[in-house]
Amino acid sequence: MNLLNYTLKYLAIALFGIISVWAVIFYVNMLDEVYDSLDDGLDNYKLLIIEKAHEDPGTLTRNEFAEGNYEIREISKDQAKRTKEVYQDTLMYMANEKDLEPVRMLTTTFKMDKKHYELKVISSMVEEDDLIEDLFYSLIWLYIFLLASILIVNNFLLKKVWQPFYGLVDQLKNFRLGKNQNIQSVETSVKEFNVLNDTVGALVRHTLETYNNQKQFIENASHELQTPIAISINRLELLAEKNELNESTLETVGQVIQTLERLTRLNKSLLLLSKIENRQFEDVEEVSVNQVVNALKEEFADFAEFKNVTISVKEKADLYVVMQKDLVTILISNLLKNAIVHNHTNGAVEMEIGEDYLLISNSGSAIALDPDKIFKRFHKDSGDHNNTGLGLAIVKAIIDLYSFSISYGFTGKHNIRIHFQVLPKS
Amino acid sequence: MKILIIEDEPDLLDVIRQSLEMEHFLVESAGTYLAALDKIVDFDYDCILLDIMLPGGSGLDLLRELKNLDKSDNVIIISAKDSLDDKLAGLNLGADDYLTKPFHIAELTARVKSVLRRKSFQGKNLVVIGNLKLDPEERTLTIGDEPLPLNRKEFDILTYMLVNKNRLVNKTSLAEHVWGDHMDQADDYEFIYSQIKNLRKKLKERQADVEIQAVYGIGYKLVRL
Repeated sequence: MNLLNYTLKYLAIALFGIISVWAVIFYVNMLDEVYDSLDDGLDNYKLLIIEKAHEDPGTLTRNEFAEGNYEIREISKDQAKRTKEVYQDTLMYMANEKDLEPVRMLTTTFKMDKKHYELKVISSMVEEDDLIEDLFYSLIWLYIFLLASILIVNNFLLKKVWQPFYGLVDQLKNFRLGKNQNIQSVETSVKEFNVLNDTVGALVRHTLETYNNQKQFIENASHELQTPIAISINRLELLAEKNELNESTLETVGQVIQTLERLTRLNKSLLLLSKIENRQFEDVEEVSVNQVVNALKEEFADFAEFKNVTISVKEKADLYVVMQKDLVTILISNLLKNAIVHNHTNGAVEMEIGEDYLLISNSGSAIALDPDKIFKRFHKDSGDHNNTGLGLAIVKAIIDLYSFSISYGFTGKHNIRIHFQVLPKS
Repeated sequence: MKILIIEDEPDLLDVIRQSLEMEHFLVESAGTYLAALDKIVDFDYDCILLDIMLPGGSGLDLLRELKNLDKSDNVIIISAKDSLDDKLAGLNLGADDYLTKPFHIAELTARVKSVLRRKSFQGKNLVVIGNLKLDPEERTLTIGDEPLPLNRKEFDILTYMLVNKNRLVNKTSLAEHVWGDHMDQADDYEFIYSQIKNLRKKLKERQADVEIQAVYGIGYKLVRL
């Protein structure tokens, strides 16, 4: 439920309550005023009748309402004493309506020539049921009209008023860290939106700054670690060369060197990853994927042979991409390396180059991998500790850098497909 | 042979010095721009290892100074910056080679020797050990008087091992030198063993004066028999 409808819901409920209460008060007040003025009229009428009775005693014999609106009846002194002046509602047959209709009646007494008389004066009165019905329908119409106008005002005016808000939300929705975007503040004269603009702007700036600092930190840290690790390895190599060590010590030195080399590889991968994410590979050129694939196939031939894995390349098209040259090689070599490492003996790696894609399939484990996880950093499916867990993360970083797409599928083989954006042939 | 190492990091300097001294080079060092300037003005060296980023100045300025002094010292730049611009600037200013830090000691030794060979043989660039004669330019190997054909990788391995003779060569260093950088992460480099095995067999059949020994868990060492 959006804000417009949300406010409308509460306004509808509130208006219903307000109008209902208002209707009751209005009705009571109005009726009160009507009675008041009717009673005043009756009182006046009473005085006129009594005055007329003094002039024309014939009037005193009118003991039926008939065409006049009063009747006079002689009563005893005792009765007169007991009777008080009252206004009351009663029903009377109305010739025009052919029905009993409510009337206001004043019952009073007066004394003339030592005789007591009772006087009843009536006045036709408001038909309450009709009044309530009329009032009810008018109020229903008022209610509907109010809601409709609020809806219209909401849709036309509020939508316009909230425009800066939705503009900002749209930007935030598409905002991704590391994509080099900025949030444009939306022009508005509404104070609240300006506060929101400023706050969001400050938050985004702060986040970007933190993110960039962290990226820079990773890069600097990896960079600073390189030399000490390399020196440690060098020193161990020099130690091993001294011919002073027995075989078991030498073996331990060898193991330490291997561990340090793993660290070097990890560090190198992290550095590469940061460099890609920090966009330090800028000079793009047109690179032939076919050439790179074939060169890498050659480079990996010994490794594949050692692993007893055959590599085959199917060239369905000549594929050229516009990328930084080293990144093309890193991209494909990481995938190829992966396909060879996570394979079984007598397995196969098949590479297929199409008009705008590169498909790498390899045999290996019989279970599909989780496509949501394989491109994450340090995700390892195998217990292979030589694997840095960064190979596919680097692949993903390169793909993201150029806005290409990559997908994983399992058809008994593991298939990784890269979809390149290829320039139209000139 | 006299080598000057211009490097401000004491640890790295020490490792390079130890390693080069094992090759029986005479090694001197300078840790700052001014110390280095003093040395290159006053003395001649067969090879200078030059760091670009120095306290007090840039290694590239030292290269310019060498050029002004009209000295023909061989220079290998060792830089932490893997930047193409620096590399081109260095090579344009007369540097002979460019090595990005961190590097394997064996790789540095190979580069130093290659530079020195080019200088001393004036282009005639031969590695001779016992009955082996290896020509890195022509990519030929003769044992005794007979040529021994090798495939590309066997040849690269042998060259690398020969210039690092009697030295322990880490298998990572060997793999990176022969197979290229993209082979890192490939598990443990066990795959290089099959090429080594073939090479050993060929050398043995032809009664070469050298042998490639395995140093358990670390790498290989080429020794003269």
